Amino acid sequence: MTLAERPVEPLHRRLGVTDDELVAIRERLGGREPNDLELAMFSVMWSEHCSYKSSKPLLRTLPTAGEGVVAGPGENAGVISIGDGLAVAFKIESHNHPSAVEPYQGAATGVGGILRDIFTMGARPIAVLDALRFGDPADARTRHLVDGVVRGVGGYGNCVGVPTVGGELVFDPSYQGNPLVNVMAIGLMEERRLTLAVAPGPGNLVVLFGSTTGRDGIGGASVLASATFTDDDPSKRPSVQVGDPFAEKLLIEASLELIERGLVEGLQDLGAGGITCATSETADRAGTGILVDLDAIPRREPDMEPFEVMISESQERMCATVRPDRWDAVREVCERWGLPVAVIGTVTADGDIAITSGGVEIARMPASALTSDAIVHERVGTAPTHRRAAPAPGAAEEPVDRLPERGMDPGAVLLGLLGSANLASRRAVFEQYDSTVGADTVAGPGHGAAVLRVKGTTKALVATTDGNQAVGMLDPYLGAALSVAEATRNVSITGARPLGITNCLNYGDPTRPEAFWQLQEGVRGLGDACRALGLPVTGGNVSLFNEAPTGSIAPTPEIGVVGLLEDIATLVGPAFAADGDTILLLGETTQGLAGSAYAALAGVAAEDGPPALDLGREAALQACIREAIARGLVASAQDVSGGGLAVALAECSIWSGLGATVRIGVADSPAVELFGESPSRIVVSASPRHVPALQLLARQHGLPVATIGVVGGDRLVIELAGAGATGAAESRGSRVADALEAAVADLAHAWDHGLPRALGWEGLA
Amino acid sequence: MPVRVGVVVFPGSNCDRDTVHALDQAGAEPVVLWHEQASLDGVAAVVLPGGFAFGDYLRAGVIARFSPVMRAVTAFAQDGGLVLGICNGFQVIAEAGLVPGALLRNRSLRFLGRDVHIAAERLDTPFTHALAAAGQPLRMPIAHGEGCYFGDDAALDELETARGVLFRYVDAAGERAADDDRAANPNGSLRAIAGVISPRGNVAGLMPHPERAAEAILGSDDGAGIIRSLVDSAAKAAAGESPIAVGAR
Repeated sequence: MTLAERPVEPLHRRLGVTDDELVAIRERLGGREPNDLELAMFSVMWSEHCSYKSSKPLLRTLPTAGEGVVAGPGENAGVISIGDGLAVAFKIESHNHPSAVEPYQGAATGVGGILRDIFTMGARPIAVLDALRFGDPADARTRHLVDGVVRGVGGYGNCVGVPTVGGELVFDPSYQGNPLVNVMAIGLMEERRLTLAVAPGPGNLVVLFGSTTGRDGIGGASVLASATFTDDDPSKRPSVQVGDPFAEKLLIEASLELIERGLVEGLQDLGAGGITCATSETADRAGTGILVDLDAIPRREPDMEPFEVMISESQERMCATVRPDRWDAVREVCERWGLPVAVIGTVTADGDIAITSGGVEIARMPASALTSDAIVHERVGTAPTHRRAAPAPGAAEEPVDRLPERGMDPGAVLLGLLGSANLASRRAVFEQYDSTVGADTVAGPGHGAAVLRVKGTTKALVATTDGNQAVGMLDPYLGAALSVAEATRNVSITGARPLGITNCLNYGDPTRPEAFWQLQEGVRGLGDACRALGLPVTGGNVSLFNEAPTGSIAPTPEIGVVGLLEDIATLVGPAFAADGDTILLLGETTQGLAGSAYAALAGVAAEDGPPALDLGREAALQACIREAIARGLVASAQDVSGGGLAVALAECSIWSGLGATVRIGVADSPAVELFGESPSRIVVSASPRHVPALQLLARQHGLPVATIGVVGGDRLVIELAGAGATGAAESRGSRVADALEAAVADLAHAWDHGLPRALGWEGLA
Repeated sequence: MPVRVGVVVFPGSNCDRDTVHALDQAGAEPVVLWHEQASLDGVAAVVLPGGFAFGDYLRAGVIARFSPVMRAVTAFAQDGGLVLGICNGFQVIAEAGLVPGALLRNRSLRFLGRDVHIAAERLDTPFTHALAAAGQPLRMPIAHGEGCYFGDDAALDELETARGVLFRYVDAAGERAADDDRAANPNGSLRAIAGVISPRGNVAGLMPHPERAAEAILGSDDGAGIIRSLVDSAAKAAAGESPIAVGAR
């Protein structure tokens, strides 16, 4: 069908505004019809991406109060005090759809956007973590996307000089048509420099600085972020923004100088919705209005329509509210950093966003109508009929023979898991990132949570991202709660206290009841887990419509956590530390293989479910390990997660080069003991003299603890004993019922080479 | 009084703060030198830090070399002043012709950020005299896309004859890396050259980042010896002494 043959839709529908929404817009304009410019502005601001119109009622249920919270949801980033007059700002955000269309620029501008959210608050960005999800790594399109996204994250982050210190890379068939690019940024600031995105004081100047405004990214929020992909649609390509990390670097320095010198009353970055969003949000928060002089906005190309200027998502721009007497100083700073700067409007008292061009008013609407009073949809969620419930807490576990591995060599399974695309070393990816710029990186990517020292103090910040989509697919409530548990556990095992949570909720089309139910359940799991662990949610982002013709993505609540380690001298890592140390398992293994890496490799019995999560147990476990580390009882601590206990032990060995001999009892299934991913477990190694104190401490926290082995040698040996052992090894003449034995060098080889092999990158260094 | 050491800041420099911190830790007084200034404010030595000066658009270092401050740095170097270029700073001084050679894109055509080992070829320079021994492997990060040291055979022969190689990539045991040893010489530098020094011995550049490996908490303090050498030499220069410690090779 040619363009001319297409039935002409009314403008509002072409802009993604429904008929109901048009009625609601008229109500907010006192009954009159919006003109085309106003309609375009409403269309971006009322997009799912900007308005959270489907998720707002759910997000309101999340806990947001917590110790030290300086700024929470609604601001550009959450800010939490870390003492000594310092605070940490952090947030995670998605750039999924732009990355699916143009992976390099999509990922690059994702990094740029989240960095702006951080320095807008007055914090210097000190770290980026990128959580990436793709389809089949053997597929040519996936490889194209991985390559582009990785280059984009690196190309931007490396240039702006913010280290990429962690993240995730997960392959799952559900992301085949809709990859996820979630980027978290962390900044450090003096608390007194906290700057909010407000436009106070009628008469103050509204100043735009940074790059000029062009046609790139027109309608990114409404066209790309808020619709499902019908196909790899080239018509959406102009909607992808183009990033300039050099301009961003200048923007960081200029913005921080403006804040440090107290030259701005408020600051907002320009992201989705461009100037429309920045002006309406800052005015609405301050209870003011803004009169925008459209002709004063510096352009990068001629003949732009007013609506293009107002909703352009050109990157690397900031909007400041400036007192008239400080304008000269502001201009001097921007010009020194080589940034175009212009007064584009003034703050008014009338509460309206009004736009003039050539002295004529061409648009006027209440700022609140675009933002806080935007439409909210009460969507309907319906559980799918094929939903599989998690076992109820405390329910009797039916002993089932879940032994698809009977006769299978567990050592071969372990090597297979270590070399699998989802568990193998991420080195081939993270080596393309600068992880050490800033000279604060104590632990970079590769071995658990990232650790950054705080110069001038004894403190360190510990950060991680985690998301469990595999269990989320089976039970979205449990998947979200497990994501929070794992992310915070990864921080606690370093000795750090988690400060708060940021989250990126990646789900499907909210107008589909099943997809909306997944979001409801995810938010419920997130809230319950945060309440149980006593943690505030300080901000985040919701990405809906993650669907492709091949289907919806698995529900993916991506959780970012930042923790504080008061004394970096107490830091504990995951790798074994010394020959002769005792290995303990804190917590206990429970049933349930569904959703595990083992299940993806070997399959599970049809009646099996995912492991249950006891949030009270999780909280006790994390408190216990933090106390043990603070008391100096722990030599190493490693979380049991993907690949289960066997993979956790293998990683402790690979990362230290130290072998271990371990003996574990088997209740009824070697697969569950070795490869099950039941939560709330930590592998601890400790000097033998500290073992009694550790055992006592665990009992005080009401936690099971077992001494399972000794560090030493150059092989990992796991002996299985007990009623549930298969006897496979015994029949081969072993003295134990089952044994897993492998040279640490072989484990390391499998782990090192798995990802390049999966992606066809063997030729790279 | 601590010796004043300049740190040049171009638009896009991003290791300037790290370098300032490392110099401060080594007892110097860091002085930030803005790219538009034509004087060096009387510093005793200059460091050109890493980053992406002017975005590294066109080619790394090629725009920065035309900055006003580079005229001052060049004059300072011609006058015997101590200049150290790290990573992008090395690219800038190579573009400016203050040290020989060129830095091409990494052989993998990808940015690489990882720890490497380098070893000093000589200790009788202002940048290495505080190191414990020549040939000893020093662990520190690289983080660059264009770090493959290149020259034609004749130029490399001449460089070696003039003892112009200051650092080479080595393996963890200190053995010189082959050009195609992707583990030890990841950018594929010819003759495993990681850093060079000018014939006069007062200007040096290297691709790895000693300033990111100058404190034990960061996993290695092997780079501290290079920073300390520079600061000591700068102090001697400020006191009117010859900055080049003549010592063992």
